[in-house]
Amino acid sequence: MTFSVHALFFAAYRDLVGAPSLAVELDEGATVADLVRELRGRGAPFDGLPVEPAVAVNRTYAFLDEPLGSDDEVAFIPPVAGG
Amino acid sequence: MVYSAVVPDAIDPASVLAHVGHPEDGATVLFLGVVRDHADGRPVGGMRYDAYREMADGVLAAIARGAAERLGTDRLAVVHRTGELEIGEVSVAIAVSSPHRAESFDASRYVIEEIKKRLPVWKKERYTDGDAEWVAGTRPPGTGRAPKVEGVS
Repeated sequence: MTFSVHALFFAAYRDLVGAPSLAVELDEGATVADLVRELRGRGAPFDGLPVEPAVAVNRTYAFLDEPLGSDDEVAFIPPVAGG
Repeated sequence: MVYSAVVPDAIDPASVLAHVGHPEDGATVLFLGVVRDHADGRPVGGMRYDAYREMADGVLAAIARGAAERLGTDRLAVVHRTGELEIGEVSVAIAVSSPHRAESFDASRYVIEEIKKRLPVWKKERYTDGDAEWVAGTRPPGTGRAPKVEGVS
């Protein structure tokens, strides 16, 4: 069984990937770390993403071991620089 | 009432100040973050602020609530700007009032430091030579590798 999540990219990551968002298919039981591995495994430009990026799952900051579910919104968050 | 907003239009400091103040308050602090014309000796022509808008609204509201708890009153307002800003334009405005000055200074300082730590906002400096770069930032807390918990294998 697989499910799909919405990966979002901001700022430098959006420049790198060349798109604001992407649907990604994952195997059941996948975590944020699995999503990162799946994307980086595609090669350029995705292998330019960090091995351990900061992410937010459904608009809340999350660790890499956070389990994902169908239609989750997973935002890749470059180091923040507000103010 | 605690007020927070992430806005695409110019910030009017007077309208942010209008959210605070009370007959029992003897101190009002207004902090403005402003776009400056240089970075590490390099001339800057302007700045673009991008936000993860749907999340930034909630994070800024949580920061404002946390500050109000420390302040002991709800007389606190914070507004953060997005989009293309010119030199001298206000990127963030924080207004706080309290019976005495210490609480207002503390709360406004807390808000700006928390914004820098965890508000999902990024800025790209436009240099006068035509180049542009994302400003180095901070990894927000609660991300990356999960902390090891003692006694759990």
